[in-house]
Amino acid sequence: MPLSLEAKGITKAFPGVLANDHVDFQLEKGKIHALLGENGAGKTTLMNILYGLYRPDEGQIFVDGTSVRLNSPNDAIKLGIGMVHQHFMLVPVMTVAENMMLGTESVKKGTGWWGPLSFLDRRRVEKDTRHLSEKYNLNVDPTIPVHMLPVGVQQRVEILKALYRKADILILDEPTAVLTPQEAEELFVIMRSLRDQGVSIIFITHKLKEVFAVADRITVMRAGKVVGHTTPAEATESLLASMMVGREVLLTVKKGPAHPTETVLDVQDLQVKDERGLLAVRNATFQVRQGEVLGIAGVQGNGQTELVEALTGLRKPEAGHVLMAGNDITNDSPRKILETGVSHIPEDRRKRGLVLSYSIADNMVLCTYYKPPFARGVIMFQEAINAQAKRLVKEFDVRAPSIYTQAGTLSGGNQQKVIVARELSRPYNLLVAAQPTRGLDVGSIEFIHKRVIEQRDAGHAVLLVSAELDEILSLSDRVAVMYKGEIIGVVPIEEATRENIGLLMAGITTEKEVTHA
Amino acid sequence: MDFATFMGLLPSILSSALRISTPIALAAYSGVLCERAAVINIAIEGMMLVAAMVGDLVMIYTGSIWIGVLGGVLSGGLLGLVHAVFSVSLKTDQIISGTAINIFAGGVTGFAYRRFLAMPSIPRPNPSTLQPIHIPYLDKIPVLGNVLFQSRPILYMMLILTFLIHYMLFYSPWGLRTRAVGEHPEAADTLGINVYKMRYINVILGGLVAGLGGVWFSLEQVGHFDMLMTNGKGFIGLAAMIFGKWTPFGSLLAAFIFGLPEAIQINLSFYFPNIPYQFLSMSPYILTIIVLTGVVGKALPPAADGQPYEKG
Repeated sequence: MPLSLEAKGITKAFPGVLANDHVDFQLEKGKIHALLGENGAGKTTLMNILYGLYRPDEGQIFVDGTSVRLNSPNDAIKLGIGMVHQHFMLVPVMTVAENMMLGTESVKKGTGWWGPLSFLDRRRVEKDTRHLSEKYNLNVDPTIPVHMLPVGVQQRVEILKALYRKADILILDEPTAVLTPQEAEELFVIMRSLRDQGVSIIFITHKLKEVFAVADRITVMRAGKVVGHTTPAEATESLLASMMVGREVLLTVKKGPAHPTETVLDVQDLQVKDERGLLAVRNATFQVRQGEVLGIAGVQGNGQTELVEALTGLRKPEAGHVLMAGNDITNDSPRKILETGVSHIPEDRRKRGLVLSYSIADNMVLCTYYKPPFARGVIMFQEAINAQAKRLVKEFDVRAPSIYTQAGTLSGGNQQKVIVARELSRPYNLLVAAQPTRGLDVGSIEFIHKRVIEQRDAGHAVLLVSAELDEILSLSDRVAVMYKGEIIGVVPIEEATRENIGLLMAGITTEKEVTHA
Repeated sequence: MDFATFMGLLPSILSSALRISTPIALAAYSGVLCERAAVINIAIEGMMLVAAMVGDLVMIYTGSIWIGVLGGVLSGGLLGLVHAVFSVSLKTDQIISGTAINIFAGGVTGFAYRRFLAMPSIPRPNPSTLQPIHIPYLDKIPVLGNVLFQSRPILYMMLILTFLIHYMLFYSPWGLRTRAVGEHPEAADTLGINVYKMRYINVILGGLVAGLGGVWFSLEQVGHFDMLMTNGKGFIGLAAMIFGKWTPFGSLLAAFIFGLPEAIQINLSFYFPNIPYQFLSMSPYILTIIVLTGVVGKALPPAADGQPYEKG
């Protein structure tokens, strides 16, 4: 099989890290090649090198067998390499067609000699885009401004953008991170059809199931090095997981049946507005009981953020009630809510979870610093704070040089462990965990999942909000689905499947499958 | 004052308003050029002041008004380059860089004024202002002919620039790239567009346009340089840019609205001697404050406005 892209001995160092250490990678023509690895394994660095955004310190790149130098994305584009970035590189206020031609503008005949001031030929680009969209079955209208399109379609625009530049090598960087399960399925169909029409695809992911769904070849990276090449036929999920992490990993938490008792959190007809003043949460009503995990599933941006903020006092609800063990806490301050026994793992750990410039020790007492034993009146007791930090760092396996290390310098997984340690180390009845494993690697996910189930078994109530369906399905005892601000269904875990929850996430309800709360 | 008198004064009011709005509009276009590429330029005031001074100086030394205009415009472009070096390459806070240029402009023009310009009997060409150009036939159109087609050159240039910048921004590859750089510089970068280069070009163009606005004061309006003669018009221009939603035509309309009260005051004060003229004089500034507090609809600036770009 001829190679369309080959990287040999790629090495790239950033201050303090060797992001790529003599990486070899071969992409065969007309294949989908999955590049698997944890966060920080060096996948994205390698791709940015192949796309000309970074220059390697060492190593060679071959396109169709000839050695090439990539000094900028322009060089990569000219060689037929296209990249769909994890965060879309689309200008939201511009139309699809304008995004298509950006950087390679088509101009009206006869005005070309005006150089950069030639007359843009929007018509022609719209026509070309429409043709291309039909050829690859992408179904994109070129005249619509990008910000009005759903995320899944925006991603197809990104793919089109690469094809418009005549790419025959396509790099997809974690393309499913922003998609619903159904949208991900559609993407896989598109990927297969592109492959069948001769496009070679590099598919970056850390989700094992997807590798088996769509890849022809697999390369696994860990800590900047390639640890192995394989194929879906030869590999198993647990084998790939242990290659990624470097040790045995439990992919699904073991948990027994739940034994729910009294209702802890009772939410009644809650209405919450977002920044723009639009209703983001509509008539949310649900209960969470002691000893159970209620999972709230949903594609990001369907009101989960606003719901969690309203429950924790960070946002004033418009109407409705929130009761904690029978007490109305609807309009209470965040501190008052904390003191009624609500622990909160916020979804944005860098913005809401930590003070990045504070030490680990100080971050661990952010909710309790004003109380004994850490303080009396205005006097703080640093020894007590440090002693607590030392204990928690050990208990929660936070890997850091010392408890005085700034929280901002830790990896995502360790930052999250600091938050989890703080929130679980004080007395509470309800744990609100919002996207608790977002962006974390398999090892840290395993750790946090175990902790959540431990809390449930200890008789706490847990409200888990997650956009990861697998996480919802493996931790929850009941699954509530949010769609456009409404809880459109609550399904007991025994009846929940990827399919029926996925449909609900897309807003499709069939009465039979759903028992309303 | 009866209705007929008012109607008789109307062409005069409109043409004064257009004349007064010229430097405001040019300042706004300068802002549009810079901010569409995400560089905030509050140094427009200072650029105009320096250009007004340089224009006069060059005119005195060369004896030509037009070479004076060219000198003033180029001095604006040079200050644009300075602002670009600080805010694009060195990633200085753009407000700080702009403020520094404004303070520098106040100092350097004051110095030049005392040292070179404030002397009696300086040989200036006569006349020392750009003269009106009557456009044949068009200047005979009732009302409109008087308002539009008997004007001085920089006013015409301002009107032409309105169309030109509109075309450039929305119909040319340069404009598409400029707006991409202002909205989502990472996206532009991944498509091989040089973000820094685009920003440099735009800020320098913005400086040139501000320079044209500056020489309007000394060489089209007054005939010589006076201390602080731009009188905050650069800042009012920025308000006009916001009011005009970062578009040339919107900016022109806003600048015209800002110019109208002063035009009314000039033309009608004779008929209303009891109303203190300060009331109408302060109205553009009050309008500016109202616009800047966001009362007149919420306008969205380019998404990356004011943010330095870090590659990678």
